[in-house]
Amino acid sequence: MMSKSRALTKSLVAAVVGLSFCAGAAIAEYPDRPITVVVSYGAGGATDFQARIVTMMSGMEDKDGKPVYLNGQPMVIVNRPGAGGQVGWNKYVEQAKPDGYELAAYNVPHFIAQSIVFPKKVKYNIDNLEPIANWGADPAVLIVNKDSPFNSVQDLVDYAKANPEKVTVSGAGLYVGHHIADLQLDKAAGIKTKYVPSGGGVKALQFVLGGQTMAGFNNLSDAYRSRDRLKILAIADLERNEFLPDVPTFKELGIDVDDSSVNFRGIMALKGTPEPVIQVLADKVPAMFKDKKVVAKMQEGGSPSRVMTREQVQKMWKERQAYLADLLKDLRKDE
Amino acid sequence: MEFIHYFGEVFAPANFLILVFGTIGGLLLGATPGLSPTMAVALLIPFTFQMDPAASLIMLGAVYTATVAGGAVSGILVNIPGAPANIATILDGHPMAKKGRATEALHYCFISSFIGGVIGVLLLIFFTPPLAELALRFGPAELFWIAIFGVTIIASIGGGSVVKGLIAGAVGLWLSTIGYNPVLGEERFVFTDHLAGGIHVIAALIGLFAIPEVLTLVGGAATSRSKVEYAELSTHSVWRSFAYNISRVKALTIGSVVGSFIGVIPGAGGQIAGLVAYDQTKKMSRDPSAFGKGEPDGVIAAESANNAMVGPSLVPLLTLGIPGSPTAAVLLGGLLINGLFPGPDLFTVHAKVTWTFIDSLLVGQLLMMIFGLMIARYSVFVTRVPKHTMAAAVIVLAVFGTYSVQNSVSDVMVMLVLGTLMYFASRIGFSAAPLVLGLILGQLTETNFLQGRMIAGDDAWGYFFAGPINKIVIVMCVLSVAYSVYSERGQIRRRRAQEAT
Repeated sequence: MMSKSRALTKSLVAAVVGLSFCAGAAIAEYPDRPITVVVSYGAGGATDFQARIVTMMSGMEDKDGKPVYLNGQPMVIVNRPGAGGQVGWNKYVEQAKPDGYELAAYNVPHFIAQSIVFPKKVKYNIDNLEPIANWGADPAVLIVNKDSPFNSVQDLVDYAKANPEKVTVSGAGLYVGHHIADLQLDKAAGIKTKYVPSGGGVKALQFVLGGQTMAGFNNLSDAYRSRDRLKILAIADLERNEFLPDVPTFKELGIDVDDSSVNFRGIMALKGTPEPVIQVLADKVPAMFKDKKVVAKMQEGGSPSRVMTREQVQKMWKERQAYLADLLKDLRKDE
Repeated sequence: MEFIHYFGEVFAPANFLILVFGTIGGLLLGATPGLSPTMAVALLIPFTFQMDPAASLIMLGAVYTATVAGGAVSGILVNIPGAPANIATILDGHPMAKKGRATEALHYCFISSFIGGVIGVLLLIFFTPPLAELALRFGPAELFWIAIFGVTIIASIGGGSVVKGLIAGAVGLWLSTIGYNPVLGEERFVFTDHLAGGIHVIAALIGLFAIPEVLTLVGGAATSRSKVEYAELSTHSVWRSFAYNISRVKALTIGSVVGSFIGVIPGAGGQIAGLVAYDQTKKMSRDPSAFGKGEPDGVIAAESANNAMVGPSLVPLLTLGIPGSPTAAVLLGGLLINGLFPGPDLFTVHAKVTWTFIDSLLVGQLLMMIFGLMIARYSVFVTRVPKHTMAAAVIVLAVFGTYSVQNSVSDVMVMLVLGTLMYFASRIGFSAAPLVLGLILGQLTETNFLQGRMIAGDDAWGYFFAGPINKIVIVMCVLSVAYSVYSERGQIRRRRAQEAT
């Protein structure tokens, strides 16, 4: 009983704190007011859900009332969904001010792939954005229904070779990690599958569960939750995953699909943000992502976390850009 | 009968307090245009970080239930549906208010919501396994036909001329194609960056319903300084409303059955549950011409349907992790954050939390009705507001509500432009409901058609016409069109006969 009423008090306090952002003490140095973080996907999706968890400690204070990260200024999530993230990111690079108070969440490979396939209508690319830190990495896994005749990747590849363009593969959307993984599988195994983009990861999962498509690429975290009803054939990463230690990587199976499709999520700023501000963020944000409470919540939610510093993300962006430019060179849309 | 053991948990003081506040807050949020149930639940997720799992789910469930019902309040009183699910409610709810029967309409709204809601939750408690199997059978082909079935009722939904209804519906379908193609990513009809994100359903909803209302109010206020032109507000006892409401068995049954069925189908959403239920009730009524002019059955069917949807929409969520509605999708986040993974474990390992949550939905329905009926009493204040004040308040709510959906000024402009055009269209007899329905169904139809085509490959014909569910829904579509033609011809004949005499 006691713990329950305490939890209630806590949550009411949290609500009050949440509503009185503006009352924070003014400190001369950055940041001295709340920071907004634009999420280019709808509320409740995996990106939004994780962004809310990893930023929840931003406004917190320790037991002595001292701010822990970022002067105790909260990060406020603003959802701007539309067109697979293009609306939110386009608006971000066109309208936000490079002052460090307007940040955005990124999804790699999505935004990089979009900037390659649609070089005109997409206004963002790795050159006008600055990475701050990465919080998570969700590898794509190849899944089939529990009742599927395919028991291994080889079964699927054999069938696809005998029946070109007959194997349907669902994924969350166009030019997202799942699509990249499917393109890579086609190229590496010398087959032609038919990719079916759906309105998001959960919808794509439903297509596999309901037998609408023969197979699917999906987020490891979502597939993991439904593993009772699925066969998870392989993981598109360099190493096996702690959540699914029995699932082999494509490389182990002799199929050259690397980790290019892994869905990296993190926070970025605009190019032109003052260097000292970038330094503060690059210093404090990864520490915040590693906070014990954040890690525990991510673990509970089945979301694989992978914290990377600014330097590591810069390198990862460049590698992805080079690889995707090659993979997608035949797919440019609006030239 | 396991669920009975856990009712005690719901009434534990801390949980019950959260349930009460969640319900009241949900009613108020729901009554604010633009704050849809999906938004309300998403906004509250961060506050659950500090709560224990049962308490946080109770809060989210209570808000879900109450916002769906609360959306009818602004719809009935000022003709702005709080959320897409409430469109059908205002077709008769607002005319009732204009005749001075606002309190009565609100009574029916909350009583029917309660009855539909309880039926929906009972289905969730007793029939989860078979319903989950049913939910999985709905792929793109089945959803495509369900959407087509929705299209067949567009013309008859607005009241008035069928031809004008069809034109409005076609314009709505066209509006739905603006922006990026949802499957293939191509841009269409994007003349300005403001349209890049497409036309958001909530922005269109607020614009099409609220702006014509504001302009009409302003027009009226310029000529007279009178109060809003409502007939003298008749007070109506709650008990009389109860007796009448429960006697409308046919409307309640149609509403609850249609709402529950559509709730189970992942992706169809409550937006069309109310409209389909309303249409069926109208068609089966002895006097279909009374609908659209303040017929209580319209309110009863629509509201029982959109709350009946709540329980079944949780079936695929709790068993498979697949949300049956956009709001259930946000609720999934709430489950995961508490370490509750959808699947069989929920009902065994986490039985206490899960059943407490489901029980709280039942109790929440009752609280929602009680608080709703209390709010209904104050509706009299809204109807006494002078016209110019009302117009100003509605426009503020409209702009605020539209902007808050996705923090977009473009949405506000789309809302104002659509609304202004609608004002002129309404003066020549067009109504907004078929337009919004077209917009909603256009997206559903197109997405599922394209996905179906991609899955089907060469044999698209075989894919879309295979399977018992497809065949049943196709027959329903044909019957729906046939009935519309038949009744329209009957009306023309009657009109001719009248003119002859």
